[in-house]
Amino acid sequence: MAEPLTTLTALPAPMIRDNVDTDQIIPSREMTSTGKTGIADGLFAGQRYTKIGGRKPNPDFVLNRPEHAETQILLGGRNFGCGSSREHAVWALAEYGIRAIIAESFAPIFAGNCVRNGVLPAALERDDIKAIAAADAPVTIDLPAQTITLPDGRSWAFDIGEEAKAMLLEGLDAIDLTLKNAEDIAIWQAADRKARPWIYLGDRA
Amino acid sequence: MTGQASLFDRLWDSHVAADLAGGAQLIAIDRIFLHERTGPAALNALAETGRKVADPSRVFAVADHIVDTRPGRGDRTLMPGGQIFITELRAAAKAAGITLFDVTDPDQGIVHVISPELGIVLPGCTLIAPDSHTCTQGAFGALAWGIGSSEAEHAMATGTLRLEKPKSMRVTLEGALPFGVTPKDMILALIAEHGAAGGKGHAVEFAGEAVEALSMEGRMTLCNMATEFSAMSGFIAPDDKTYAWLDGRRYAPKGDQWEAALAHWRTLKSGSSARFDAEIAIDAAAIRPMVSWGTSPEASVRIDGHVPEDAEARPLSYMALEPGQPLKGLAIDAAFIGSCTNSRLSDLRRASALLKGKRIADGVTAICVPGSSHVKRAAEEEGIDRIFLDAGFEWRESGCSMCFYAGGESFGDGSRVISSTNRNFESRQGPNVKTHIASPETVAASALAGAIADPREVR
Repeated sequence: MAEPLTTLTALPAPMIRDNVDTDQIIPSREMTSTGKTGIADGLFAGQRYTKIGGRKPNPDFVLNRPEHAETQILLGGRNFGCGSSREHAVWALAEYGIRAIIAESFAPIFAGNCVRNGVLPAALERDDIKAIAAADAPVTIDLPAQTITLPDGRSWAFDIGEEAKAMLLEGLDAIDLTLKNAEDIAIWQAADRKARPWIYLGDRA
Repeated sequence: MTGQASLFDRLWDSHVAADLAGGAQLIAIDRIFLHERTGPAALNALAETGRKVADPSRVFAVADHIVDTRPGRGDRTLMPGGQIFITELRAAAKAAGITLFDVTDPDQGIVHVISPELGIVLPGCTLIAPDSHTCTQGAFGALAWGIGSSEAEHAMATGTLRLEKPKSMRVTLEGALPFGVTPKDMILALIAEHGAAGGKGHAVEFAGEAVEALSMEGRMTLCNMATEFSAMSGFIAPDDKTYAWLDGRRYAPKGDQWEAALAHWRTLKSGSSARFDAEIAIDAAAIRPMVSWGTSPEASVRIDGHVPEDAEARPLSYMALEPGQPLKGLAIDAAFIGSCTNSRLSDLRRASALLKGKRIADGVTAICVPGSSHVKRAAEEEGIDRIFLDAGFEWRESGCSMCFYAGGESFGDGSRVISSTNRNFESRQGPNVKTHIASPETVAASALAGAIADPREVR
C-alpha cells in the first residue's frame, strides 16, 4: 500500500524528452529479483552511470546534479513511460523518492502503475512544462485542488480521474476496496455463468 | 448490425460488475495470463497478504521472457540471476493452483502466441496480462490489454479491475495492401503518421477491407503494436475466420457450448451507426514496406525513404545516422526474426520463401526464434528449419529471446540489427544496439543483402 499524497513541494528535475520508455526507467538487466524493492539503484541506469552495468555516476545526467539529487518531481515530455508494462519502473521511481511526474502525456499502463504506487502522473501542456523548467524553482503540487504552482504565483490546473485521485490521497489498498463490492461481483458472475458458460473453465467436466 | 453501440461499448458494457464512486467501474476479467518476468511479483504479493486466486481455472502462466532459447535448455538462462524468476514462477503457480506451461512443456511459447493457439483467448472475453503486448489478442474480438503487477494481483484476488472507461477510436484501413506489404507495415505506417502517442486514452478498433482480408496471424501482428500507439488496446471484430481458427483448440468451447458461444460471438461488431470519439482513415493501397530509423516506432519511414531532414539530434547520434540518409543499403551486423509481433508459422513461412536456396551475407549474425514450441515443431515438419539453417540462420527454441536484452545475450555492443520485433528503444536489444524494426520479409531480405533491403526486390 502506497503512502498517501496530498501536497508536495520540490525542485523538479527536467527530463523533457518524448517517449521516455520503461526500458530507460528500469532496464531489464537491472530487474534481478522477483521482489518490488532494492531496484532504485537501477533507476535510469543506462543514462545515470558512465557505462552499462557500471555504477560510476554520469555527471551529465539530471539526477546526478547536486540540486536534483533528492528530487521528488520529474518533468517529462510526450508519452512518458511507454513500452513494457513492467511495474518495476514505478517501483524504482518510488523507491528513489519520486512522488510526482509532470509530463505532456503518459502511456496508459504506466499511469495506472503510478497511481497504484503513490506516484502522481500529472499532465500539462508542453509550453507549461517548459515554463516550469525555466523557472528553476520549487513547485507546489496540491492534489486536492489539482493545481501546480510556482513561487511567483503562476499556477496550472491538471486533470485526474476521481478514482485515481482518491487512491493517491488516501493510499488505499485497492483490493480491500473492491472486496467491499464482493456481492456485486458474485451477482454479475452468476448471471454471466448462464449467459456465457464457456468462460468458466472450472465448471467444465 | 444496426445501433449506435461500438464493439468496444459491447465488450466493455457487458463486463461492468458495478459502478464505483467518481465514475470508475468494476470490470470483470475473464482470463489472466502471467509470465516469469512480472508474474512472480504478483503471485508472491498475493500470497504474502494471505489472499487467494479467486478462480484459478481462468489463470495461466508461462515461462517465455528470459528462458534460454538455445537447444537443450533447462531452467538455466543466460540472464544473470534469471533462473530464480523461472523457479519462483513454478513454485508460486503450483501454490496458487493455476495452470503453468513450463519450460519443457510442449505447449510452451510466447504468451501472446500460445494463448490463441490453445484457445484461451476467445471473442468477447476480457483478458489481461502484466505484459504490454497483451493487446495482440484483441485480434480475436477480445478486449485484451497489458497491466502492471499490482493490477494482476487485484484481478486474481477479485476477478475484476477498477477502471475508468477509455475513449473509443476506429482506425479504418480501406483498399487492398499491395504485393509484398504486410500487417507489420500497416501498423508502422499508422504509428509513423499519427505518432507513438496517437492513440492515447483510446481503445482502438481496427476495421476496413484491408483488415478483414488479413489472416488471424496478420491481425495479431496489427493488434500487437497498439501499445506502441499508446492505445489501451487494439481489437478487431470476430468473423468466420476467427471462429474457424479457434474451432477445436484445447480451451475453446466444445459441442453445445461451442454453438452457444458462436451465436453470442456473431453479435460482437460495431453497429452501422456506431459513434467513435476519434476516427482515422488510412489508404492501405498506399502503404509500402516500412523500416524504422530512430529509437521510437514512430520514427519509421518507407523502405525507399530517408532519415528525415528535421530528425532530432539524440536518436540520430544514437543510431549513427545523418539527416537525409537513405535507409536502403545501410549495412547491418545482425538480423533477428522472432517476438510476439512476428514469430508465427506464417511469418516464418514468408521469410523462408525469400531465403530458400540462398545464403545470408558474410559477417551477418542471423537468428530465428519461433514464437512457440508448437510453431517450431510445425515449421520443422514443413522443412522451414532447414531453409533457415541452410541460409545461415540459427534455429532456436521458442521464447521472447533477443526482442529485449535482459543482461545475458545480445548482438554485441553497438551493433546494427534489423529485427521483426516491436521496439527499437535505446539499448532494448543490448548495450547500444541500433535496432531497425521491420517485417520478417524485410529482415530476411536484409540478411541476404547484408544491408537494409526491399523484400520486393528479392525474388
